[in-house]
Amino acid sequence: MTGENAILSLRSMTLTAGRDKSGNPEAHGVDFRAGEVTALLGPTGAGKSRFLSDIESLAAADTPTGRTLLLDGAAPTADGRFALQGRLVAQLTQNMNFVLDMKVMDFLRTHALSREARDPDAVARQVFEAANELAGEAFGPDAQLTQLSGGQSRALMIADTALLSWSPVLLIDEIENAGVDKRRALELLVKSDKIVVMATHDPVLALSAHRRLVIRHGAVQAVLARTDEEQAVLARLRDMEEEISGYRTKLRAGEALT
Amino acid sequence: MKLVTVAGPPSCGKTSVIARACGHLAQAGLNCAVIKFDCLQSRDGELYKAAGVPVSVVFSGGLCPDHFFATNLEEAFAWAQSTGADCCVIETAGLCNRCSPHLRGVLGVCVIDNLMGIDAPEKIGPMLRMADLVVVTKGDLVSQAEREVYRYRIRQMNKRAVIRNVNGLTGQGCLDLAAILKEAPAVDGVTEMKLRFSMPAAVCSYCLSETRIGSRYQKGNVKKADFGARHDG
Repeated sequence: MTGENAILSLRSMTLTAGRDKSGNPEAHGVDFRAGEVTALLGPTGAGKSRFLSDIESLAAADTPTGRTLLLDGAAPTADGRFALQGRLVAQLTQNMNFVLDMKVMDFLRTHALSREARDPDAVARQVFEAANELAGEAFGPDAQLTQLSGGQSRALMIADTALLSWSPVLLIDEIENAGVDKRRALELLVKSDKIVVMATHDPVLALSAHRRLVIRHGAVQAVLARTDEEQAVLARLRDMEEEISGYRTKLRAGEALT
Repeated sequence: MKLVTVAGPPSCGKTSVIARACGHLAQAGLNCAVIKFDCLQSRDGELYKAAGVPVSVVFSGGLCPDHFFATNLEEAFAWAQSTGADCCVIETAGLCNRCSPHLRGVLGVCVIDNLMGIDAPEKIGPMLRMADLVVVTKGDLVSQAEREVYRYRIRQMNKRAVIRNVNGLTGQGCLDLAAILKEAPAVDGVTEMKLRFSMPAAVCSYCLSETRIGSRYQKGNVKKADFGARHDG
């Protein structure tokens, strides 16, 4: 088992051009740099999750898109791919529920053990507390994973990904559907040294990214860098969200709006 | 001819995964033939045929499927040879989790899925513990943390096996799986080979089609369990 948890460093990553849903060649391969946040946009079913999945599985022309993932400019060898499986990428999918029949704290401790954390109990406790801060409603250490609400499950997955799954690449699939505070979730998740790729339909999240990939019919159609004008729009949108959020809090508390 | 044994609980994705791996092997110039040992019925033959893989499906019927497997192994091997295949894959039902079809000197593969519950790797027993390669399917249906915890449990049960996550539906990981199968040792025959794990001694009246319940119907190799002290009141 030696080496399964070695720390990785990665400067750049490339997903080569593949083909779209009709088999036509994709126009763009995409380079990713450490410290850069990239948003994926496109209608539902356009291929955003597929794009993320190609990265997660270290695609080697063996997925339906035919894309290949290069790390620091080179395709990993077969042995290298196996060694990297599960360590290169931390991923938050649209998955809202746990399936495993375990209690929350047992699960976190086992996960910390599997990641060879130095102090598994402390790390588990840290994830547990962060998840409870994110979740709308608190849950206990002995709660069954499968009985957590959608929001609680997502909060736990987010905290686990942020604090326990140390990986140089972070993939996020529609965090806005999480039923948790997306801004706080993103703050917890995005560390400056990571490559972050995020599929989203949310304008604030999309504009929070350094650049956007537009996905259509299974392929990357355009790569757009965020402009100064868009930065200004982002500031406006954030103010609007804050206002909406304020009303939401009041309505939840049973207050009348004035 | 190369020989591979594949075992795993029902509906975990054995057939999908093997059929796809056979497709990749065929592209690499290595033709597979599959023998499926099952109990009462199976449609898996159609799946293999659709994938263009020669297949023979046999049923144990009233016999223990694992004993049936062992007693028919020589003939199965001979059939696969007759197809001209370079690699013989034997897929077994593996229903009771007591047995393991894996042979010494032959690549042994166990397929299990991520939805089976955290104690499954322990319950599955020798077909997992004795395997050289553990293929984990349905990982797309669980979170990354769950995949890692599950993998950890598998590792606890089998310290030396290669563990791979494979998606039987999209085929993700099947190319890598094929690369491992390609390295399976070739063997001249199975005669004189040894199972890695003995099969149950089972010569009781129920082996002989007894259906009635009761001590007076039980003859032969009968084992009575200890259920602990009586609970009175």
